[in-house]
Amino acid sequence: MSNDGKFDQYRRNFLSGAAATVTGLAMAPGIILHEVAQARPADQAVSSDVRWGMLIDTSKCDRGCNACVTACNDEHGLTGHGRPESDAQWIRKVELRDKQTGNTQSLPLLCQHCEKPPCVDVCPTGASFKRADGIVLVDKHTCIGCRYCMMACPYKARSFIHEDLQDQLPHAPRGKGTVESCTFCVHRVDNDRTPACVEACNAEHHNAMVFGDMNDPDSEISQQLEQYSSRQIRADLQLNTGVRYRGI
Amino acid sequence: MTKRYLSIVTFCLLAVVPVRALLAGDGLYPEVPKAKARFSDTQECVEPLEDMRKNHMEYILHQRDATVHEGIRTRQHSLVECINCHVSDAADAARASSEKHFCSSCHSYASVKIDCFQCHADRPVKSSDNPSLAPSAMSHHIKHDHSAEVLTGKQLRALANGGANDE
Amino acid sequence: MKPAIQFSEIDGGMRFYALLGFIALFVLAGLGAAYYMEHNGHWVTGMSNQVVWGTPHVFAVFLIVAASGALNVASISSVFGKTPYKPLARLSGLLAICLLVGGLAVLVLDLGRPDRLIVAMTYYNFKSIFAWNIFLYVGFMAVVAIYLWMMMERKMNRFTKPAGFLAFVWRLILTTGTGSIFGFLVARQAYDAALMAPMFVIMSFSFGLAIFILVLMAACKWSDRPLGDVILLRLKNLLGVFVGAVLYFVIVYHLTNLYITEHHGFERFILLDGGIYTGLFWIVQIGLGSLLPLALLYLPSTGNSRGWISIASLLVIIGGLAQVYIIIIGGQAFPLEMFPGKEVTSSFFDGGIASYSPSLPEVVLGIGGVALALAAVFVGIRVLRFLPTSLADDQVDPHHAAATTEAAA
Repeated sequence: MSNDGKFDQYRRNFLSGAAATVTGLAMAPGIILHEVAQARPADQAVSSDVRWGMLIDTSKCDRGCNACVTACNDEHGLTGHGRPESDAQWIRKVELRDKQTGNTQSLPLLCQHCEKPPCVDVCPTGASFKRADGIVLVDKHTCIGCRYCMMACPYKARSFIHEDLQDQLPHAPRGKGTVESCTFCVHRVDNDRTPACVEACNAEHHNAMVFGDMNDPDSEISQQLEQYSSRQIRADLQLNTGVRYRGI
Repeated sequence: MTKRYLSIVTFCLLAVVPVRALLAGDGLYPEVPKAKARFSDTQECVEPLEDMRKNHMEYILHQRDATVHEGIRTRQHSLVECINCHVSDAADAARASSEKHFCSSCHSYASVKIDCFQCHADRPVKSSDNPSLAPSAMSHHIKHDHSAEVLTGKQLRALANGGANDE
Repeated sequence: MKPAIQFSEIDGGMRFYALLGFIALFVLAGLGAAYYMEHNGHWVTGMSNQVVWGTPHVFAVFLIVAASGALNVASISSVFGKTPYKPLARLSGLLAICLLVGGLAVLVLDLGRPDRLIVAMTYYNFKSIFAWNIFLYVGFMAVVAIYLWMMMERKMNRFTKPAGFLAFVWRLILTTGTGSIFGFLVARQAYDAALMAPMFVIMSFSFGLAIFILVLMAACKWSDRPLGDVILLRLKNLLGVFVGAVLYFVIVYHLTNLYITEHHGFERFILLDGGIYTGLFWIVQIGLGSLLPLALLYLPSTGNSRGWISIASLLVIIGGLAQVYIIIIGGQAFPLEMFPGKEVTSSFFDGGIASYSPSLPEVVLGIGGVALALAAVFVGIRVLRFLPTSLADDQVDPHHAAATTEAAA
């Protein structure tokens, strides 16, 4: 009798445990997604649960439009000095013309925020680094200005600051002798906003740029990436870039 | 006799320096500009004042790594917030290169070179439509009952001695 | 019994200080150029966001590569046991350290933030070949210093061979690391080749020995010490071998690229229509730097003449500078291949050959580094016993002396 009672108790424990586990497993994805969808508190570190990415539709990119470039320059205080060869450019418009067919295209080119960034591999001090959420940045406190990352970048995304700067914007510190590049507007992204270039493109109603979390299957960028064919520039290098393009 | 005269002369020479300082007023101490506001009723700055004077560089160094590498943008130790409170945003406000700037006033006195402002903005930028430049969320902590003025050496010493603010 | 080779310091006096002062002027000019570049920012140089490494890096890489090659002579004596080279080992070690110091000085002074050298020495990313090179360079100086100590202190002479072996292996790793700075880069058509590392090793043999020959001849002439043909002709024959070897590697590099369609654009640029780069390649690197020295060193009419040997060594050095210039600057001037089959234009100079011309501050800084290396060697041979008192034939090789006396008899 006592054995039967014990056996019943074991069975009840097992069933309730199993039921709890199954329920937990069923609910967990919803709970995890829900946490990511909410804003990250200011004192919480970024994590690799999120991977920021961008999808650019070159068919919607207007050849004569420079809104993304102007917005980036304004956002970060990138004033030119009348020296185009050494002035910083974080994003630029690239015009393509097929040598064989004559077909023309235009697209914005920025730091591709690779998953395996060559610039991070080669930096001797580790100043060039990839944040847990995929944004590739330069820690300018550690940058010694050797420019090796600029040699290594397959997209020529980085700029070196060739002169003394004044009146930097508080959210975009930059100074002489260090290297910089597009940060995916990390100061905006950390405050749940989109990069300035994407905002400007949308304001012009071209809507060529989509920014979002590629790890979130419900985000607009994930849905578009699944729906439409897209590719990376220099995909053969297998860097798994965060910026993808449609129509190239 | 000679020994006594010698010791009297030496004593006078040594005494001249502090006496001169007391007479001259602020000769020995830097003139540190006052902040725009207090952090709270009980505390002038985000950390106790003596702690800040001694360890502000530790807070800054730790915060910069946390912000750059981990995206932690808490405002307590944020450099932008330090500048917002300690430096005027007037067009003719002192720049970091001048000794009248809050940071430079002490750093030039102590002869400790800082290179923060080679990259960082040395004064607040008036916020426009850009929410990135919006006033800090800490503002509800701050009591705006002080005008920006330069602390005299006497006031600084009074503060150091734990006395109330001379106002 | 043949007396052992003696070493002594060179004489001082007015001549010494006058020449040292002259060299020091160039060092000061280099320091001034570095200050000017750092104070104003790099916009005052010819370097830009397209060509980020310029003339200072050409000089720095040349000096660093030559430094490891300068140790070759010492390695031949200690590692491979060739006794005629033994008297030269000390000078070889000194030259290696001094050339490295000169090259590193130029490299560090060109940094965007040279005040952050302490950061560079305390924060390491060990995936970066650059970080490894910092260890290799500093370690090389320590290893060679120990090697010199083993050679110069009689009690420690029994450790010369293991120290020499360590130095030999270290410098091969160091030069491999220097070549890999370029060889590891996937981004550019000119690099991304495993051949870069061994090619740099061979280049180091050639440049280092050329500089060593010139320094040896100048030092012996300056201090009135005999330099016999036995040793000098051996050195010049060896230089010819190394120049030929570098030529082989260059041929293999370009032949391979010519076979690969993807690299045809870059090959066309270097070999045909690259303007200054094409001219430097054919006339200076191949013509003046490889073929002409080979002829001068091996033709009977010129191969035994001291004047022609020194001219040949100088040509090798000039050709070497041109080669490094083409690798570093030509490699950057050629655009990145991001959109194959498309013509590319942008506001950031994509798709076109980047323009670069050396600016005065850059050249002065580079020459300042060379002057620093030479000044260090000069001071070294004055202060310590690096230079043999005599390298006459009978001193260097007693068998040779015996053979000639027998032949004469």
